[in-house]
This record gives sequence, C-alpha cells and structure tokens, in this order.
Amino acid sequence: MDTNRLTKLSDTAWQIEPRRDMRVPAVIYADEALIRDMDDKVFEQAANVAALPGIVNAAYAMPDAHWGYGFPIGGVAAFDAEQGGVVSAGGVGFDISCGVRCLLTGLHRDAVEAVKTTLADALYYQIPVGVGSTGAIALDLHEMDAMLHGGAHWAVERGYGSDRDLDRIEEGGCMAGAEPKAVSAKAKHRQRQQIGTLGSGNHYLEVQEVTAVHDEEAARAFGLAAGDMVISIHCGSRGLGHQIGTEYLKRMLAAAGTAGIRLPDRELACAPIRSAVGQEYLGAMRAAINSALANRQVITHLVRGVFRRLLPDAGLELLFDVSHNTCKLERHRVDGVERELYVHRKGATRAFGPNHPDLPEAFRAAGQPVLIGGSMGTASHILAGTAASESLSFASACHGAGRRMSRRQASKSWHGRQVVDELAARGILIRSPSPRGVAEEAPGAYKDVDAVVEAAHRAGLARKVARLEPVVCIKG
Amino acid sequence: MEERTATVNKWEHFSHGADIGIRGIGASPAQAFEQAALALTAVVTDPACVRPGAEIAISCADDDPELLFVDWLNAVIYEMAVRGMLFSRYRVTIDGGRLAGTATGETVDAARHQPAVEPKGATYTELEVARRGDGQWIAQCIIDV
Repeated sequence: MDTNRLTKLSDTAWQIEPRRDMRVPAVIYADEALIRDMDDKVFEQAANVAALPGIVNAAYAMPDAHWGYGFPIGGVAAFDAEQGGVVSAGGVGFDISCGVRCLLTGLHRDAVEAVKTTLADALYYQIPVGVGSTGAIALDLHEMDAMLHGGAHWAVERGYGSDRDLDRIEEGGCMAGAEPKAVSAKAKHRQRQQIGTLGSGNHYLEVQEVTAVHDEEAARAFGLAAGDMVISIHCGSRGLGHQIGTEYLKRMLAAAGTAGIRLPDRELACAPIRSAVGQEYLGAMRAAINSALANRQVITHLVRGVFRRLLPDAGLELLFDVSHNTCKLERHRVDGVERELYVHRKGATRAFGPNHPDLPEAFRAAGQPVLIGGSMGTASHILAGTAASESLSFASACHGAGRRMSRRQASKSWHGRQVVDELAARGILIRSPSPRGVAEEAPGAYKDVDAVVEAAHRAGLARKVARLEPVVCIKG
Repeated sequence: MEERTATVNKWEHFSHGADIGIRGIGASPAQAFEQAALALTAVVTDPACVRPGAEIAISCADDDPELLFVDWLNAVIYEMAVRGMLFSRYRVTIDGGRLAGTATGETVDAARHQPAVEPKGATYTELEVARRGDGQWIAQCIIDV
C-alpha cells in the first residue's frame, strides 16, 4: 500500500481520510514497513466499511490486516442500532467465532521432550483433524439445540471439563442471546458430527514453549513463566458457522436492498440491526459462537485425556479462550458518552484493558489475555489488553500474522514433506493428513508475526506479555 | 496458474491473499459451472484421484446468474461436508433461473486423497459469470477455506 494515500497520525497509525461515500475515516494500525507490505485491497475494503450506515468513530484495520471478503481480515467496526446501524455476515466471516484457547501444563520442556514423539502421535490419533474427519459425539436435534444454547456449559455439563474452565472463557463460556431457531436445519445437519473436530486450513493444535517473557507481572497473573509448556488450540464453529455465514450472506444481500443500503461490494451484505433479518442473524451467530466454545471445550477434554496417560503431572488449567470472528454488543465510551455498540471483529481479537467489568477477577489488574496464533514453525504470542485500546479500536487487537503469500504460491514454493523435515530438524514435530495442506500453511507463507505483534504493542492496542514457540503441531 | 484442459472446457485457480480463486471456462454457462466445480474439488485434492461412484442430485434457483453460480458451489460444498464425499464429475443444466445438476464421486479416503483443505463457503468476492470476447463463458469466485 502506498503511504502517500494515507495521513500519518503516528508511527503506527495511518488514516484514510473520508472520501466519496465514507461516513467516517478508516484507521490502519501498523508500522511503515507493514503498511508498505499491505495489500491495496485493505485500503479499498476499509474505506467501503467506513461507508456503511451507523458506523461509529472509524473503520479500523489491525497490523495483520489483509484482503478479506467485504471487510478486510483484521478489521474492526462498531455500529449503533439507534443510528440505523447494521450487522454484516461478511463482517464476521464464514468461520464464526474462530478463536484460540490456551492451556497451561505446569510442565517444562524436558518433560515433554522425553515423550515428544509419542505425545505428537497420540494427539494426532485422538483429535479428529482434516477434511472429512468426524467427532465421537453425534448430536440429535434436541442435543444440538442444547449445545447451541449452552456453549462450553453444555460440554462441561456432559463431563467434558470442569466448572473451573468456564470462568476462563469469553462470556463465561456461554454466549447469551443465542437463538437455535434462527439456525437452519441444513446448518445443524452439517454440524451433526463435527463437535470436537479441529478442521483444516490454518487451524491447529500446538504444544508450545514459553521462550520469552516481556511483562513479568502480567505473565504471573496469566500463570506463565519462561520455560513453561502450554497448549494452544485454534479452531472455530466448524460446519455450522460456515453454513450460517453462507445462508445469511445471501439473505442480507436482499435485506440491504430492501433497506435502501447501497453496497459497493456484494460481500458487504448487511441488514439493519433493527430488522428481522438482522435480529435472526444475531441469534444464529451467537448460537455459532456457542458451537465454537463447545467445540474447543470438547477438544480440551481430548487433550487432557492424552496428557493424563502420557504426562499425568500436567495441570492443564485453562489460561483463556478468546474468539476473533464475532459481532458483540458491548458498551463503549464515545466522545465521553457510554453507548451500546455492535462491534464486528473479523480476524481481530477482543482486548479488554485492566479493570474491565467483564474480565475474570484474576485478570482485572493485568488486562485480558490476547492470544495471537502463529503457523507451525513461527512463534505465537500472548499479549494483554490495554486501557488505551478502548479509544483506539473499541478494545481490539490483531489475531495472527496474516498471509504474505497465496495458497497456490505456497504449494508451488514448498513440498509438504520438505516443510515437515525442516521443522523436525528444528525440533518441531508436525502431524497432518495432508502434505499439500502443510505446504500451503508453510511458515514462510505468513508475514512476520513478531513484527505484527511489535506494531500492535507500539500502537497501544495490547502489550506484549510472552512469546511462545511450537514443539508439536497437529495440523488439519 | 494451474489448469486442466478438456476440449474447450477447462478450469483454473487464481490467487487470493488468504484463500483461493476458482474459475470454470466453457462453451455455455452450464459448462463453465461444471468446470468451476472441478476447480473446487481441486482446491481439496486432485480430481483425477476421485473415483466416480455415487451420484448426488443437486438443484438450486436464482434469477441472477452470478448468485445462481454461488448457490451451486455452496450446494456442492454442503454435499461434500455432510456426506464426507469428494466429487470428480459434474453435470449441470440451467433453465432460466433454475439449475439441475449432479455431482459424482466417492467418500473421502484421507490416505489416498490427502485432502489439503476444507472449503467453508463460496463468496461474492471476484464473482463473475460472463461471456468473454472469444465467445467462451467464465464463472469464477473466491472460495473461503
């Protein structure tokens, strides 16, 4: 992206001035190098989002922003229902409530190294992964609706985890306002055997080592110390979310026309929040959030089973579970006035600062854990929400590195076997059903996650707490 | 750009930042839709590896040819997901805004197909159904994976 098209607000904040139909400016948080590397489509898409009715303050793009569908991936936008604001299926994405969950093991590297190969094989065997895989739980319609209402609570009530887990999940493990009736029979059918499955693409389960701690106090609050081993799970609402996204995208295309909303891009399909379609989507999307929370809870149970057998000393307490494809009704202060806003985060992580009332007591002083995923050979990061991010980005931060290379380019640049062997030589074990899938997700296909996190830290969106490096990666 | 040619009909992939673009090219919109569906299969695995076993009927309707195209692809993605199948042969007829088609294939065999990635949905991004200057029809969009 050409920086001459932007107004430089600071070393890490760049503004697209309102033009044509834009109702508010768009702000991109990134350093100059990341901006120059950013796709021009991010400019176009952020400007398009800024033209939607009822948008508040600005459309925001995080340091990992890249070309998405309608909204950029790494995009944040808040809408006010009282000002004709909209909700957009494209602003949430197909993989509703895709997110990251991190578990603390209480173990150090040497304990894992002693059983690393067995552990990698056991995790790969126990956790359904890849195209066509199914979970052990088949849900009938009654159980499906109970799951869509209950989220992680549903899973815990059925023995997949404990009540202690729930306090460490966004929304306490259950998204209020879920409406299973707004979820089609097709979406439910698509999900019938997908609870407890990882999926494919950029989804993964990793055993990781804490290789650096940047903020000792926050790390202590999060239960992290250098040399600790943790487990990160990255996946979402599976087929149910994909089907809801597909169906409501089309319904919203018609709804936008009915409401007289001009769409510069059909993928921006949206409906007024105060409309039947808008309300039904919110109910269905919240049900999909619960599906994602239940999914990650069941996978956690499977992980605990493997560790109980191979590393019985592991604690496997939940650090936190946070989603990065959502639309949530939140209270934010705008120009000194507290307002209820529908905050879309598409490939962006909620990042509440210290003392936010919705945070678990353990994180009140430090701020919310912000979990940033890597890709096999690259690092992941744990950050903490800041007070400043409230005014910068409606308390939002980045979610990952973002791709720098398409899947086609990646699969032509690497062979899966070569990637697996090179990572094994670095002590990282990969288990995946698909060599091509591994090649498409090769670490080199992604931007430098350290640079993205540094930009988020410098911009004040979140502050660095710990850096994690993978030891075992189960890849879809 | 990877492509396969069968007389005048062919499919190809094109790049998108995070995901993948599929394009079908044919003598008619129906043939372009068939070829695009093959490109969809090729996002997951080599269509040549998929044995043509069970035939699944698919139908959808929309007066807008581009929305009909997305509906067709999403119907194929749905059948792939709920049946755990991959398809290597597609047949499409279009009458006005109504599409009737079949997808023929087999159950996913992880060892043989080594499926790379699961399509989540067909998007409206880079969506186009149009006749080119050479008289061939193209049907294309980005698939979210």
